[in-house]
Amino acid sequence: MGVGIEVRGLNAWYGKNQALNEIDMKVPANHVTAVIGPSGCGKSTFIRCLNRMHETIPDARAEGDVKVGEMDVYGDGSDPVEVRRRIGMVFQKPNPFPTMSIYGNVAAGLKLNGFSNRKQMDELVERSLKLAALWDEVKDNLHKKSGASLSGGQQQRLCIARALAVEPEVLLMDEPASALDPISTSKIEELIFQLKQHYTVVIVTHNMQQAARVAELTGFFLMGSLIEYDKTEKIFTNPADKRTEDYVTGRFG
Amino acid sequence: MPSIAASTSQPVSLWRRVANQGATAFAILTAVLVLVPLMAIFVYLLIKGVGALNWAFLTQTPKPVGEAGGGMANAIVGSGVILAIASLIGIPLGIGSGIYLAEYGRNRFGDIVRFTADVLNGVPSIVIGIAAYSLVVVPQKHFSALSGGVALGIMMIPTVARATEEMLLMVPNAVREAAFGLGIPKWRTTLSITLRTASAGVITGCMLAFARVAGETAPLLFTAFGNQFWNLNPNQPTAALPLQIFVYAISPFDEWHNQAWAGALILIILIVGAVAAVRITVSRGRLKGA
Repeated sequence: MGVGIEVRGLNAWYGKNQALNEIDMKVPANHVTAVIGPSGCGKSTFIRCLNRMHETIPDARAEGDVKVGEMDVYGDGSDPVEVRRRIGMVFQKPNPFPTMSIYGNVAAGLKLNGFSNRKQMDELVERSLKLAALWDEVKDNLHKKSGASLSGGQQQRLCIARALAVEPEVLLMDEPASALDPISTSKIEELIFQLKQHYTVVIVTHNMQQAARVAELTGFFLMGSLIEYDKTEKIFTNPADKRTEDYVTGRFG
Repeated sequence: MPSIAASTSQPVSLWRRVANQGATAFAILTAVLVLVPLMAIFVYLLIKGVGALNWAFLTQTPKPVGEAGGGMANAIVGSGVILAIASLIGIPLGIGSGIYLAEYGRNRFGDIVRFTADVLNGVPSIVIGIAAYSLVVVPQKHFSALSGGVALGIMMIPTVARATEEMLLMVPNAVREAAFGLGIPKWRTTLSITLRTASAGVITGCMLAFARVAGETAPLLFTAFGNQFWNLNPNQPTAALPLQIFVYAISPFDEWHNQAWAGALILIILIVGAVAAVRITVSRGRLKGA
């Protein structure tokens, strides 16, 4: 089951450049929440702060209060490795491990975290690939083909399966369909819709139609600040802020 | 689209055809020029060496001066022992420092290590032999395969380290991010994901270093020293193919000259064989589309 996310007073920097200003945001469990905004507005930085991926970039740092379920992400003694294990992430470009088989890719997170029960692993791999709607396409080549041999859309679903296999509580997706063709995109969107039964999903997207299609809640970011955050329908039909309206109607961005 | 069709159906200008064929011919020529020296050496070795090559050469130890026959079996095995010791030293240390340089070495200390490795790469091999002599032979008070292995191992380190670093840096950052995103710790990511992704290139680097030191003679002169008899104890003076070739080649006897040629032929065959064996083993494990 998914858990909710509560962000309070989140600030993030790249060196001396502040990329996020005092973000407050409450993401409900088992919902899909979209984060939209023009390039460079801080939306990717924001979700990368949620699982402490932001700080893997040299000179980058973040401060603030982030609670994911009961877990205090930036609390004293919080381990970024443990945080990332519980909050899965799917990146903009599909990034399967190129030298591993399809099975190896999905099982990687389990294996490298010391999980060794072969039978349970087989089940988890199958379950994850089914959840990611890839099982039927790859089940005959699980061990024979490398992850890199799949098409772009299949690779992205493989990456989703890989993230799901470690059984996270939250799934973060950073423009997961922006490098894909329309058919693969619609498959991923359908999948996101299914995933919210088990997970809390936060998705960054450039594509406003996509946000409207998959998300119940939408946050609009501009220049490192969260301008407006509301039900998706409200954001797209009757936004409270003029800047949101300008953006969703295509007047800038 | 008629305009494109029209432009492609136009005859290609004479100049462009000539330039195209000229460039292709030049590329082929340079490729052939690269192959010629290797083939020339190999053919020449075959012609000169095959006459002295026989079963006795591969299975017997050298005969005393003046006696015909005998072989280099002890030198072949000795070279194997010395190279095994060298690889045990050079490959782990080289890969380890390559990992440090690529994954943690974006700092001053890393720059120093990088510079040191490049200098070490340029140190003449005889100087490395002297270093191994004073490090191992002098304290032990005797020559040994071990000291020869240390000398060659030291020579392997910078090549392996720099190759490993280059190959790890070629692994896209997205691969590391994917692993971090799964909650895999950095050390584990480096060993099981990044190094594994770069493994083909790292292995090539190791084989290059191996092939390079396999033919080294100078560092063995006062470390492994050579031996006319069987010796499998790594702590005793040991024969090595390049040493045996050297001694036989500068001798005044025709029979030994012929054996030196045969030894050189065997040395090349063994190096090519070892590199090919590793390549085949590695490519066996490769998956479709990887």
